[in-house]
Amino acid sequence: MSLTAAEVRTDDQEQDYLWTLNFGPQHPATHTTLRIILKLDGERVVDAGPEIGYLHSGFEKLGEHLDFNQYVTVTDRMNYISPMANNVAWHHAVETLLGIELTPRCNYIRTVIAELARISDHLLSVGAMGLDTGAFTFFLYAFYQRELIYNIFETLCGARFTNSYTRVGGVMHDITPLTVEKIRTFVSEFPKTLNDMERLLNRNRIFVERTKDVGVLHRDDAINLSCSGPIARASGVTRDLRKDEPYLAYDDFDFQVCCAQAGDCFARYYVRMAEMWESLKIVEQAVENIPAGPVNVGVDERATLPSKDQVYQTIEGTITHFELVMANRGFQVPCEEAYSATEAPNGELGFYLVSDGSNVAYRARCRPPSFLHFALFPQLIRGHTLSDVVAVLGSLNIIAAELDR
Amino acid sequence: MALTDTITALQSDFGDLVLSEFRGQHRVTVCRAQMYDLLQALKVQHAFDMLVDVTCVDYLHYRGATDRFGLVYLLASTSTNARLTVRVLLNEPELTVPSVTPLWEGGNWLEREVWDMFGIRFDGHPDLRRILLPDEFTAHPLRKDYPLQGRGERHNFPVLARGDA
Repeated sequence: MSLTAAEVRTDDQEQDYLWTLNFGPQHPATHTTLRIILKLDGERVVDAGPEIGYLHSGFEKLGEHLDFNQYVTVTDRMNYISPMANNVAWHHAVETLLGIELTPRCNYIRTVIAELARISDHLLSVGAMGLDTGAFTFFLYAFYQRELIYNIFETLCGARFTNSYTRVGGVMHDITPLTVEKIRTFVSEFPKTLNDMERLLNRNRIFVERTKDVGVLHRDDAINLSCSGPIARASGVTRDLRKDEPYLAYDDFDFQVCCAQAGDCFARYYVRMAEMWESLKIVEQAVENIPAGPVNVGVDERATLPSKDQVYQTIEGTITHFELVMANRGFQVPCEEAYSATEAPNGELGFYLVSDGSNVAYRARCRPPSFLHFALFPQLIRGHTLSDVVAVLGSLNIIAAELDR
Repeated sequence: MALTDTITALQSDFGDLVLSEFRGQHRVTVCRAQMYDLLQALKVQHAFDMLVDVTCVDYLHYRGATDRFGLVYLLASTSTNARLTVRVLLNEPELTVPSVTPLWEGGNWLEREVWDMFGIRFDGHPDLRRILLPDEFTAHPLRKDYPLQGRGERHNFPVLARGDA
């Protein structure tokens, strides 16, 4: 494809000696289908122009045609590194719109899976960043632990990757003692690996020199550019929705918000590593204190699909099931609009839902953190070398499926 | 509470605001002419330093709706943790609003996406091109008169031979 003048921005005659390098969309170091048009002066990056949309699949349009329970399968495919976190975010938004109050048990289960998803996402993010800067062992350590989290999710809901675990007003299945046991084992064994990972990279000279003072983002810029999550926190923005707008059961747990001041790639790596420790603390506290009681909201409220036992054996269950699945019935939704956000691993993942009273959202806008973070890229890379491109990309953790939706 | 003070102050500064509230989320609907001044006041005087999202809703088939498009600005404050939604209602043919990129740089790609998906132009935007769809795409697919299937699909694109591109 030929490049238009606007894409490469070579309007200055004096810059004729600059090289234009097309990085992606098929490039092993981009990990996903990202395309960046780099303007190079030797090895120094003068300018970078991200081109996105290669993975655009119309998720928001689909959201206007799938009902509130069906759409959760699409959210799996947004940030596919941590699908559970997207499931939780989507149904959190739906329940805000519908005004459903979850049971304490469901809140705890969702908190556990959201935090496990955060660990899994951060493992991939720091692992891939290590891989791109030459630390292959580190990447394998991280990936092995991700497998263990996949095993937990498989025991919990049957799917490893695209979980679709949450439902309006509850979850697909209740948590079982076997899952709790697997989570306990993970919580007790993961710190050893996390310690090893820290010892591998935190003071590794090659890694530190490739990431310190690279891609610096200042605090004011981070706020002005709508950054959220670990990227904003690495620049000194003390914003974490788990603390600032507590949702689910986060109010009940003792954990810290991890921040750094430097705002460079190393700080972003460091914040993610520190957040894994905090997430582990939350999982440990939550899984030991899951309240007894029902996991889904009551059948009488006509807000959640009843279990098959209830459908086959009670008249209320049968009625509720039919009320919810019949095309001319369904959820009782107010004609309103609401925005609600959760602290996903990558940052603020929010959904702006507009409803016209039917089963299907009238508009389901997703506020993807990767989209806003990728917009930073030209600013972060300007003046650095070509080899820093992968370090900065890795530290931003851009997931193209979420970026393009 | 700080947010109610902000809303009271806005009401005295900008006369005809429509206020609403749903599940504790406060919304301000402002006319197109006052929109930029209101957002500027929110940023400068009321500490709404973060633009969380810019999006749009097409109310074409919405029951009882009188306006075609509702542009939505979601603001947040990192100091007070308050959130505020600012809505601007638009109708054809006046689908141009001032860009908020001078206030929040983060609005750059968000506004490009709204232009791409809804065809709303932003005056003063530094680089208003399509962002997710290819440049030769002609429609704005998140409008309600654009079908889910059948248009703009792959087989409708022209086939280029090697060397033509």
